[in-house]
Amino acid sequence: MAEWIDACATDDIDEEDLIRFDHGDRTFAIYRSPNDEFFCTDGLCTHEQVHLEDGLVMDYVIECPKHNGQFDYRTGEAKRAPVCANLGTYPVKVEGDRVFVEI
Amino acid sequence: MTKRDYSLLGPDSERAVETGLATAEWYHTDIPRKEMKALMQRSDQPAIRDAIILFGSMIVLAGIGIALWPSWSSAPFWLAYGVLYGSAMDSRWHECGHGTAFKTPWMNNVVYQIASFCMIRNPVSWRWSHARHHTDTIIVGRDPEIVAMRPPALFRIFLNFFGIFDALNGWKRMLLNAVGNLDPEEATFIPEQEQHKVIGVARVWVLIYLATIVLAVAMQSILPLMVIGSPRLYGAWHHVMTGIMQHAGLAEDVLDHRLNSRTVYINPISRFVYWNMNYHVEHHMFPMVPYHRLPELHEKIKHDLPAPNTSILDAYREIWPALKRQLRYEDFFVKRELPGSARPYREDLHEQALSVPAE
Repeated sequence: MAEWIDACATDDIDEEDLIRFDHGDRTFAIYRSPNDEFFCTDGLCTHEQVHLEDGLVMDYVIECPKHNGQFDYRTGEAKRAPVCANLGTYPVKVEGDRVFVEI
Repeated sequence: MTKRDYSLLGPDSERAVETGLATAEWYHTDIPRKEMKALMQRSDQPAIRDAIILFGSMIVLAGIGIALWPSWSSAPFWLAYGVLYGSAMDSRWHECGHGTAFKTPWMNNVVYQIASFCMIRNPVSWRWSHARHHTDTIIVGRDPEIVAMRPPALFRIFLNFFGIFDALNGWKRMLLNAVGNLDPEEATFIPEQEQHKVIGVARVWVLIYLATIVLAVAMQSILPLMVIGSPRLYGAWHHVMTGIMQHAGLAEDVLDHRLNSRTVYINPISRFVYWNMNYHVEHHMFPMVPYHRLPELHEKIKHDLPAPNTSILDAYREIWPALKRQLRYEDFFVKRELPGSARPYREDLHEQALSVPAE
């Protein structure tokens, strides 16, 4: 059953950037948009399982560091080859200066 | 001596998967996230400037070539046009394929489509082929883009300086795709849902070539083919010359781009044609950094890389003896020395590959 997990502080992520968040045996990416919103997706690219933590955030797009595949991190939608399968996304809420992810 | 099978469907392909060389984790030089983020930032301006210079020069050179045709005085203009068509388009295909040249996606796509046509590389197939090249760089049986296999096919490489093998292969593949078929090796790296696009593009290209040939027949002249198609042959030499420098003579089956890729300092004209891909170790280690930021990236990480070759000639002084030696002894390769400031090669990861005598 999904529960809200305290993932990080809001200041841990720069604007238009992401960090890696590991929980149990799973890994995620948490994003801070240019408009100061927070989002969470699976951490690994659906193409070849490379972690997105070293990728580039441009507006609402995350680009995989290995093959430049792109996803919309709000919806997980695959936007550019070589990625074809969408990323999983997870609800996020901010309470005070903490970011919570529902996993 | 080990016999290699470079096909993507052979025993070396299975071996690469079994030994963990396929889709493995590669060595990266450490760079603080903030610095890397700055280096990865996209910009339209440098690529728009370069595109204006490139396409403007092509129009002018072809225009003069047509005006002077059929005089031999048109030859220098065709030769220059050919290098832009048959070589500069190789690097444009490459950078726009990565999506890093321009910030604006449609600009990358437009130049990618034009460059793919000039280079006779199906834009769909080759996007996937190049993704595999980055996943499994110079892994035997996995990388579809190994130019200098062992033993090196020197005659084939020589023919490719005139585009002969690659262009014929490109046209043959185009016709195969246009009638609705894929090469069995292509099918290993192109997802099923993308395969119909390969066929669609090939059919459009066939129509363009047919129109060019019909025009040539109507004009009773090869002039239309001087503009479209044949520059892929007479202008290919520069991209082959620079392309060979990327990996030839270096290690295979390793997980560290410092061992299998080469950075070379080259002249400014070749850098324009090659779009800075002479910084090849840097490009493979960090493919998200746009071509125009590679010199900066090089400055930041060169302490961790083998010393670059100082010129194209210097690179070939290393490559040519290595290729000749590989004709007799396939296991030979050049192991590039790291400076004292570098993190050493992971011998444990490369025990098999590095255990054979090198230079």
